[in-house]
Amino acid sequence: MRSLRDPAPSRLAYRLNRLMLTPRFRTFLRYGLPVLIVASIGAFWASDADRRQDAADRIAEVRRQIQERPEFMVHMMAVEDVSDTVAADIRSLLALDFPQSSFDLDLDAIRSEVETLDAVASATVQIRGGGVLSIAVTERVPAIIWRTSEGLTLLDHEGNRVSSLAARADRADLPLLAGQGAHEAVQEALQILGLAAPIAPRIRGLLRVGERRWDIVLDRDQRIQLPEKDALSALRKVIALDGAQDLLARDIAAIDFRNPRRPVLRLTSGAIDAMNDIDITQTTDASR
Amino acid sequence: MTDLYESQRAMRAMRRAAIHRGVIALLDVGTSKIACLILRFDSDTGLPEAEGIGAMAGQSRFRVIGAATTRSRGVELGESCAIQETERAIRTAVQAAQKMANVRVDHVIACLSGGQPRSYGLAGTVLVQGDVVNEQDVARALASCDVPDYGGDRDILHAQPVNFALDHRSGLLDPRGQIGQRLACDMHMLTVDTSVLQNLIYCLKRCDLELAGLASSAYMSGMSALVEDEQELGSACIDLGGGTTGLSIFIKKHMIYADSIRLGGEHITQDISKGLQVSASVAERMKTLHGGVVATGMDDRELIEIGGETGDWEHDRRTVSRAELIGIMRPRVEEILEEVRERLDAAGFEHLPSQQIVLTGGGSQIPGLDRLAPKILGQSIRIGRPLRVQGLPQAVTGSAFASAVGLSLFASHPQDEWWDFEMPTDRNAHRSFKKAVRWFRDNW
Repeated sequence: MRSLRDPAPSRLAYRLNRLMLTPRFRTFLRYGLPVLIVASIGAFWASDADRRQDAADRIAEVRRQIQERPEFMVHMMAVEDVSDTVAADIRSLLALDFPQSSFDLDLDAIRSEVETLDAVASATVQIRGGGVLSIAVTERVPAIIWRTSEGLTLLDHEGNRVSSLAARADRADLPLLAGQGAHEAVQEALQILGLAAPIAPRIRGLLRVGERRWDIVLDRDQRIQLPEKDALSALRKVIALDGAQDLLARDIAAIDFRNPRRPVLRLTSGAIDAMNDIDITQTTDASR
Repeated sequence: MTDLYESQRAMRAMRRAAIHRGVIALLDVGTSKIACLILRFDSDTGLPEAEGIGAMAGQSRFRVIGAATTRSRGVELGESCAIQETERAIRTAVQAAQKMANVRVDHVIACLSGGQPRSYGLAGTVLVQGDVVNEQDVARALASCDVPDYGGDRDILHAQPVNFALDHRSGLLDPRGQIGQRLACDMHMLTVDTSVLQNLIYCLKRCDLELAGLASSAYMSGMSALVEDEQELGSACIDLGGGTTGLSIFIKKHMIYADSIRLGGEHITQDISKGLQVSASVAERMKTLHGGVVATGMDDRELIEIGGETGDWEHDRRTVSRAELIGIMRPRVEEILEEVRERLDAAGFEHLPSQQIVLTGGGSQIPGLDRLAPKILGQSIRIGRPLRVQGLPQAVTGSAFASAVGLSLFASHPQDEWWDFEMPTDRNAHRSFKKAVRWFRDNW
C-alpha cells in the first residue's frame, strides 16, 4: 500500500528543521536551555521566603553539628613561656569559656588581643592536637624604670611600657629615668648609662630635659648636662676628665656640656666662697 | 539595464558571502526531477601540493556534502506552472539534502531549463584611452555593445564576453595590459522569459533561501559533460532532459550559443502512455526498464508485461513486445534529434573546427541512442556523463545530474560576466549628476 501522504514537509516543519540545523540554536538547546530550566526552577523555589528560611536553618543546623564534633572541640588553654602574672592577665583578658569549637575561635583576633597587653612583645597562637589552645608569648623584659608624676613605670629597652612598679626599691637593679618624653629616648639613655659605667655607683638617674637632652644626676646633687646632639662623645670627654683630674670628686654643682665647644663648670656656693677666700698674696709669698 | 546590473551584482555578492561562509546549495529545477546538492568550500583540500596537481579549475576547493533528488511537481517544460507544488518539491529536496549534510544552507544557486532561452551575439568597439588597455576600457567596450531589442518580457540570464580583439589581433582572452588603440569585444547574451524567472525566484524566496546565482541548465550541462579539449575546440552539449532538451555550443572554453527545445523524455512517456493506453507512471517504468530506439529481431520475441492497476483483469494482463515499444519511442527520439540538428544548423555549428557532439541528461541513457544519434547528428558523437567532483554520491553521478554537477563548477569558478566588470565611470558620473539635479529639484 503506497502512502498517500505528501512527502513534502510543510512550511512550518521545513522552518523548524532549518532552525534545528542552526548551530547557534543547537548550542542553546544543549547548554542554554538546561541551565535556564534549572535556574528557573531554583528561582521559583526560592521565591517563597519560608522555604528560604527553612533551608537556611537546616544548613546552619548541619553546620553546627559538624563544628561541634569532639574532634573540633577545644578544651583548654595553655599559656607558655610566661610568668604567672602575665599568664593570669592573658586568661582574664581573653575570658574564653571551654569547651568551645575551634571553628568559633578566631586565632588572629586572639593573637592581636594578647599583644595588646603591655607585658607581651609578641604572641603565637595555635590549636594543638588534643584540643589545646596554645599561646606562646614572648614577654617584654624591663630594662629601665621611669618616674613620672603618676608613679614608677617599668620600660623595656625600646621604651614600651611593661608594667607599673610600686616602689623603686623593688627593682634596685634597674636605672631610673625621669622627665617628660624620657620613654621615647630609652635607647639613648641605655647607651649613656653603658658609657657611664665608671661612674655608675654615683649615678642616681637620668633626667630628660625639655624632651630633647639628658642630664645625668649624680649623688651630692651633681649634674652632668649633656648636649642635644652627640651626647655620647660629650660624656666620653667628661669621663676622661674625671679619670684624669678626678673632676667629679671635686666640689662642683654641675658640669655643663650643653655646648660641647664651651664646657662650663658650676661650682657649689661653698666652693665659690672658698675660692674667694683664697689669699693670692699668701700663695705668692709662700712661693717667694 | 542598470537594474539588471545591480541585481546580478547583488547575486554575485551573495555568492561570495556563501563561499565565505563555506556552504552553498545548488538546485536544478527540472521537469522530471529536482536535484539539490550542498557544497562545502574549504581552503584545506587535503590534496597534496605536487607537480601536475593544479587548482583543477577550482574543483579541489569544494566537496559535495549533501545530495538529494525528488520528483518534480508543478513543473512543465522546465517552467513552473504550479508555484505551490514547485515550492513543496524544492522544500523536499532542500530538506533532504540538508539532512544528509547536517548543515543549514541559506544560499542557493539555481538553474532552470525552461523559459525559452535565446542567444544573441553582441559586438562592441571602443577606442582605448591611453596606451594600455585597462579595466575601464574593457568596461567601456562591454558597455558599447549594442543590445538588441530582446523584448520587455525577457531578462538577461548570462552576458559573457567571449572574445576580445585589439586592433587586428583577435582571440584575446584578457586584453588588460596590452597595447593597442581599438578594443573590440564579442559578447554572448542569453535571455529567458521574465515570468519563468520570477516564478522560480518566488519559489526560492518562499523556501527562505537567498539566491546567489541563476544559470541556464543547458550551459551547466555543457560545463560538466564536456571535457576541456571539447570546450576548447568547439563542441555542442545536448542535454536530453525531461521536459526540454537543452543545447549549448562551446568554443575556446566559452559558451557561444544556447538554446532549448521544448521536447523531452516526458513526451516519450506520453507517447507510450497514449499508444499503449497505460498510466503515465506505468509508461515511465516501461520506458526506463525496457525502452530503446534500435530494434533487433530478438525484440519481437521479448514480451513485456504491461501491468496496471485499473482493476480490469484483461486490461492489466496485456503484454507488448519490446519491438512495439521501440516503435513508439523511436519516432519521438528522432524528432527531438532532428530538432536539435535544425538548431545546430541555424547556429552555424558546421563552421566550428571540431564538431563534437555530447549527449547527456537523463534521455541519453536510452539504449541504442549511440546508434541512432550519429545518423541524424553526425559521426563524432559520444554519450557524456558529468565530471566527477569530490564527495559526489554514486547515485547522482548519472548523466541526468549533468546540470547539477555543472552548477557546482559554476559556483566555484563562475565565468566572468558583464556585471563582473566595473561600470564605466562616465556612465556613473552621468547618473550621479542626474541624481544631483533631481535632488535640487526636489528640495528647492
